[in-house]
Order: sequence, then C-alpha cells, then structure tokens
Amino acid sequence: MSMGSDMYRQQILDHYKNPRNYGELDDATFSHVGENPLCGDAIRVDVKLADDGETIEHVSFEGDGCAISQASASMFSGELRGKTLEELDAMDRDDVIDLLGVDISPVRVKCAVLAEKVAQDGAAIYQGEKEDMDMTTTEE
Amino acid sequence: MLTLETLPTVMSTQRAESLDVERVREDFPILDRQVGGDVSNPGAGPDDTTPLVYLDNGATSQTPERVIDAISKYYREYNANVHRGVHHLSQEASIAYEAAHDRLAEFVGAGGREEMVFTKNTTEAMNLIAYSWGLEELGPGDDVVLTEMEHHASLVTWQQIAKRTGAEVKYIAIDDDGRLDMDHARELIGEDTEMVSVVHVSNVLGTVNPIADLADLAHEHDSYIFADGAQAVPNRPVDVEELDVDFYAFSGHKMCGPTGIGCLYGRKSILEEIQPFLYGGDMIRKVTFEESTWNELPWKFEAGTPLIAQGVALAEAADYLEEIGMERIQRHETELADYAMEQLEGFDDIEIYGPPRGEDRSGLVSFNLDSVHAHDLASIMNDYAVAIRAGDHCTQPLHETLGTAASARASFYLYNTREEVDTLVEAIDSARQLFA
Ligand SMILES: Cc1ncc(COP(=O)(O)O)c(C=O)c1O
Repeated sequence: MSMGSDMYRQQILDHYKNPRNYGELDDATFSHVGENPLCGDAIRVDVKLADDGETIEHVSFEGDGCAISQASASMFSGELRGKTLEELDAMDRDDVIDLLGVDISPVRVKCAVLAEKVAQDGAAIYQGEKEDMDMTTTEE
Repeated sequence: MLTLETLPTVMSTQRAESLDVERVREDFPILDRQVGGDVSNPGAGPDDTTPLVYLDNGATSQTPERVIDAISKYYREYNANVHRGVHHLSQEASIAYEAAHDRLAEFVGAGGREEMVFTKNTTEAMNLIAYSWGLEELGPGDDVVLTEMEHHASLVTWQQIAKRTGAEVKYIAIDDDGRLDMDHARELIGEDTEMVSVVHVSNVLGTVNPIADLADLAHEHDSYIFADGAQAVPNRPVDVEELDVDFYAFSGHKMCGPTGIGCLYGRKSILEEIQPFLYGGDMIRKVTFEESTWNELPWKFEAGTPLIAQGVALAEAADYLEEIGMERIQRHETELADYAMEQLEGFDDIEIYGPPRGEDRSGLVSFNLDSVHAHDLASIMNDYAVAIRAGDHCTQPLHETLGTAASARASFYLYNTREEVDTLVEAIDSARQLFA
C-alpha cells in the first residue's frame, strides 16, 4: 500500500496517545513556541540546561495537533537529553525522520520537524544568535 | 436507493431525472487512475495499485475528455493571438474566444459578453473589483460587510483594501448550524455600507446563502453586492439577474474546466464607470505619450494576451454541464452529501459542520473525528486512495468560530457514487480503529 500507511506505526501512535516528557518545566532555562500552519499544530518546548550551561538536562513540551507533530515532539524531547546545544544545532530533518523510523510523506515533513525547529530556535535565541521572535513557524 | 422518508422531498423539490453516473464516469479519463506509488513522478506509474476515489471536488473538479479535447484542438488547429491579427488563425481564435464570453454569460444569466470578464480565478475577480472600485471609492466612514464564512479570497482582499482606504470591515455572524444570522445582517447593512461581499455557497459549511435577500438589503442602502459563486456555479443553476447581484465570480477549475481561468460578472452600467485593474495591451482604445483611453467592455478589464485556450475550453465545460443538466447535478450531489451525512451521523465521535441534512445544502461535508486530527485522517484516507481535504480550507477565521484549527472535507460531484461514499466511511472507521 502507499507510504502513508507506514506513517502510523504502533510506536508513533503510542507516543501520540501517551506523550513522554509532557508538561511544563518550572525551572526551564529557556522556552520557545512554534506552529505549523499546515495542520494547525502548536507546540511549546521547555529546556533546562545543566550547570555547565551547555548540556541539555531535561526537555518537556506541551502542544496540540496531528499525530505526526505530537509523536515527533515526544520522541525528540527524549532524544535531546544529554546532548549539547551545539549538537542540537547540528541536527537536521533527517535526524527527526530517522527517529520516527517511518517514511513521512513530503507534505507532512513540516509536522515532523516542528519540535526540532522550535528547540533549535529557542536555543539560538537563548544564546543570542538569533533575534527574539514571537514564534517559530514551519512556513518559510 | 430512495427510502420512504426521503422520497417525498426528493420528488417535490426536484423533478429532474436522475443522473446516469456510470455513463458520466466514462467521460472522465482520470477516474480510471490508480494511485499510491511515487508522488515525485507525476502521472500514472507501475506502483500505483489502488483505484482512486476522488472526493476533493470542492478544491478542483476533474476534466471531461471533451474539455481536454477542446484545449488540444485549440493548440493543434487554431492557436494564435486574438484581436490583433487579420490572418486566418487569429480570426478563428478571436471569434472562438469572444464567443466563449457569450457562452459563459449565458451560463449564469448575464446580459452578454460586456458583462463577462475572464480572470485567472475567483480570487483575481475579487481583487479586480476591490482594486479598481474599492481602492478608488472607499474611505473612512465606509463599511464593507462580509460574513464569518468568507473564503480568504474575499476576506483577506477586503480586509487589506479597508486598511488602505480607512474603510471598516464588518462580519455577519453565523448561527450554530452555520446559517447566516439575517437579523444581524439587517443590523450591519446600513447607510455606511458601500459593499456587501458574501459567499453564495460556503466551501466548508455547504450553506447556501440567501443572496437575493442580501441583494435587496444592500440595494435598499445604495450598496453594491458581490457574490462569490466558486462553490455554486459548478453544481446548481445560477442566474445573476434573478439573484440581482452587481458582481459575481467563479472559477473554471471547479466546474469541469481548466485551471487558470475564472469569470467575473459585473453589471454593465457599473463596469462602464469603474477604472481598469491592469493596464497594457488589448485593453486600450487610443494611446498617446500622455494619455490613454479604454477599450469597450469586457476587454477593458483583460489586459495583455488573455486566456484563450482556457476560455474556449471553459465554454466547452459549460456546454457539457448544461447538457447533463444543472438541476440533475445539484440533485445528485445533494443526494450523495445526504447519504454521507446519514452515515456519519451514526457515530457519536464525529462532528459535522453546517446546516443539518435535508436543508438546502451543497454537496460537501466537513467534519471532525474526535480522536483523529483532520490531517492524520486525510493521510490515512490516502492509503485507501480516498482523496479528501484537511485543513482550514482557506477559512481560518471561520474555523476559529467553529472552535477547531482544521476540519476534514469530502466534496462530491457529478461522477461520484454511493459506493465511493461507502469507501469513505469504511476508511474513516479504519482510522478510528488505528487511533483507538
Ligand atoms: C468559496 C470559495 N471562494 C473562493 C475560492 C477561490 O477560488 P480560486 O482559488 O479558484 O481563486 C474558493 C476555492 O478554493 C472557494 O471555495
């Protein structure tokens, strides 16, 4: 069957229905929000850095939207723990798609990369590498 | 199958004979397509193995062989620029192109070619009036009255023209069933109103708005009225004189015609008065280094080389639809939508938007399934080769009113069948189970 069917493997549905790292971090070092106009997905990512100011100690997110965007945020938030901001910055869309472990149809890639983009923009703003913006959007 | 319950209403509202769908389907080569393979290579491929169920007609309809042939014949036999040449091909092309205006004028009950301007689509028709009339005539203290169910084509256009002119945009509210609140309309349309711009048939709710009543209201207050007929002209008889509108727009690609062409009907007396939208060749009468005067209607509004192939093909589409019969198409579509709604109403976890079944409604159904986001639903439908649309359908403010960011929409046309509705419902059920 077509590639879409693969998009909703058990693991993705599980992360969608039982998102990991869901909620607000009281002691977040930085937070950022973003949206994907295609599906109306919205997400906020909170990141807490370790004392070294570089290593990601904890990530949580809250959001609303399609299964691809929310499952990807759930998996991605777990993946970030222990990474440095530099490593986060170096990640690209393929990293997220690998993480999801399924073929994402081209129009839905924006859903998959939302959490990654929000985390990266949040980190860049925190480090003063990007001007503050209200929100990240997958529409460019 | 007609049930005892539906029989009387069907009999009383429509006497048209029912449509022979199997024969109609033969006119549309694309309906034989299978899909599911590699999308980066357009057209049928070896990995396409699932028969297409096309339920995205509200976005774009499919094209019958006759219309495809008309485009092909134009390029094979009489492709030439219009209005400029005395040579044979140019004359053939000019006569056919001008006749296409007459044909489309007749199709919607306009007075003649002077009242029928070809544009790129509905959106451009709306912008044409907004720029050439709105930008000139609107100012602080003036109101433009829209509805909460406007498509972005009119909503964004008037919103931006209002910002530039200082005019104010007001929105007629909708009730819980997605009908216009006519009391609110009477409140909003008043002395300051200069333009009432309303969608004839909503592309999300399926609501058929009382355009003639709104036209009366507008005219009582010396306002113009512009109706957006993008979702009406394809599937029901439309007569602009009966509706008594000043402007009316629709798109070729939603009515079995080609992409790239739309139509603007304008009352002749008004079109004569307003300024052109685009300047250039063809739209002029006399040009000096200092001054220009404008060509006669409708050419004054068609600058540059126009949509010749699309125009003649759209006239063919109008012939095709009329031969089948607009009442019949309307009835067929309504029956399919009714059947789909009847099926979907059986589920507690499905919310359907718009007026209830049985009311005057167009052949589309927008809905949401509790547990599955509309985009996930559309992706899963795609596994069954069922083409539906998910998103805001270019009506973000309406979706805000409905309290959801996105909805799924199945929209039917003359070639769709009850079996296809069954496939849709089965696919929805599979999505529900997958997410359960
Ligand atoms: C109600 C309505 N108005 C306007 C439009 C815009 O049509 P087009 O994109 O052809 O300009 C559409 C189609 O999407 C529509 O459904």
